[in-house]
Amino acid sequence: MHRRDRWIAVAGVVPWLLVVVPLVMMLGALWQQGYQGLSLAFLLEDPRAAGRAGGIASLLLSTGWILAVCLAVAVPVGLGCALYLSEEVPPGSPAARRLGFVLDLLAATPSVVFGLFGYQFFAITLGLGFSILSGGLALSLMVLPLMIRSAEQALRGVPGSYRRAARALALSRWGWVRRVLLPGAASGIAVGVILSVGRALAETAVLLFTAGYVLRRPDSVFDSGRALSVHIYDLAMNVPGGTARAATTALVLMAVLIAINLLIRRALRRPVLAGVPR
Amino acid sequence: MTVSLVDARRPPSLTLDGVSVHYGAQVAIQGASLTVASGELMALVGPSGCGKTSLLCAINRMADEQPGCRVGGTVRLGDDDVAGLGVTALRRQVGMVFQQPNPFPLSVIDNLRFPLSEHGVPRRQRDALAERALRDVGLWDEVKDRLGQSALALSGGQQQRLCIARALVLAPRVLLLDEPCSALDPVSSRVVEDMIASLKGRYTLLMVTHNLAQARRLADTVTVCWVEGECGCVVESNTCEQVFKAPAHPITAAYCGGEVG
Repeated sequence: MHRRDRWIAVAGVVPWLLVVVPLVMMLGALWQQGYQGLSLAFLLEDPRAAGRAGGIASLLLSTGWILAVCLAVAVPVGLGCALYLSEEVPPGSPAARRLGFVLDLLAATPSVVFGLFGYQFFAITLGLGFSILSGGLALSLMVLPLMIRSAEQALRGVPGSYRRAARALALSRWGWVRRVLLPGAASGIAVGVILSVGRALAETAVLLFTAGYVLRRPDSVFDSGRALSVHIYDLAMNVPGGTARAATTALVLMAVLIAINLLIRRALRRPVLAGVPR
Repeated sequence: MTVSLVDARRPPSLTLDGVSVHYGAQVAIQGASLTVASGELMALVGPSGCGKTSLLCAINRMADEQPGCRVGGTVRLGDDDVAGLGVTALRRQVGMVFQQPNPFPLSVIDNLRFPLSEHGVPRRQRDALAERALRDVGLWDEVKDRLGQSALALSGGQQQRLCIARALVLAPRVLLLDEPCSALDPVSSRVVEDMIASLKGRYTLLMVTHNLAQARRLADTVTVCWVEGECGCVVESNTCEQVFKAPAHPITAAYCGGEVG
């Protein structure tokens, strides 16, 4: 190996260390502060005494529902927008530039602004109040730009040779999208979903304004509920002696995030062979 | 709409009369006229940029779908002007195979079932048609035990034959081949070439190629295209023997003699 190549190999390790070391340090700090609180009971019991006692079962439930509402809206709408952009809007065209500007603006909007808008529109104007539904819908607005951009890039990355073959065979637009385009872009779309899940799980400001922060189990999506991220914020900032429990809850949140990430990646490891009905 | 297993009719002739293809202000090819007789194979040769592929795309009207593209002149399949045919009906009759093998990221068998299901062929016919198409391109024995595996796992030559089978499975009567062997190694290229030769008589074939030896081996007739100014044109269209042994145009003589191009 040339001496210069050896330096390049060493230099390649440094950025990795810059990424991995803070992550390990963060997980280490959380573990140190919060591992003693981890138990099955912590996952299965509802919180008591403002979170100083009990567990986080109701918060896991609320978080799951908020995430489900968010993804149920963001994935189909985001995919639809991405399909429109990739199929109908040529890259570099004036329309692509205008739509890109709007998406970038939305992506850069602070989450507290989405929270304020969500409160005004979903909670007040639509009368949904502080609820899982308000929170999920406001979150979906926030993650949409991320979802659209990731899916658009993935769809545009599907080889043009497939498109030419589909046109030469006079395949329907629907058949092309369903059988070739979406399976071909599945891994990129999944990255968008993973990033959206991560952003939604980590979000606090939007949910404070829309989903509320009651500790009890929600009866339906019209009920208020507290997400894990809001609980962590509340324990750390408002509950005296809540730091250790905040760290334990953060460990659970990280575990949920990693589990979802691994599940999606595992699903994508299967060969993309969309079977055509016989 | 159904596809019969055997189309007993003779394939139609293919006639181009004064065909021009423009991309905005740029002229890809101007005033191209040629006739491919029923069941014959015509090779379309000439240097890069002389409008050969544009001409193929004008025949199955894929050129119409490109922004800023205008096609002039007349293309006829037998007695039918292709401008009067619907795009779906036209592309059922005129299949196309591209330079790079481009099987869909589906299984081998689904690459053939998919177009059939899209064109409304009843399920009970699909597997028989797929098998026939695979036998037609000499691929059946090689893939019959791995029909459910990804088509992308096949070799380049097998992928290209699968693409030809995918075009044939819809029972077209004319096949457009855009440099079908140029991305393949010599052995795979020879296999594909032999397979194309076996299609003569049953299909009317128009093949773009840069390989003059291949044109000589396969073609019944040869059309030579050239670039004059910045615009492609047809300089000669004649039998293979005539073009290679007694070319009528000096450009043909120079091109086929390896002096230019």
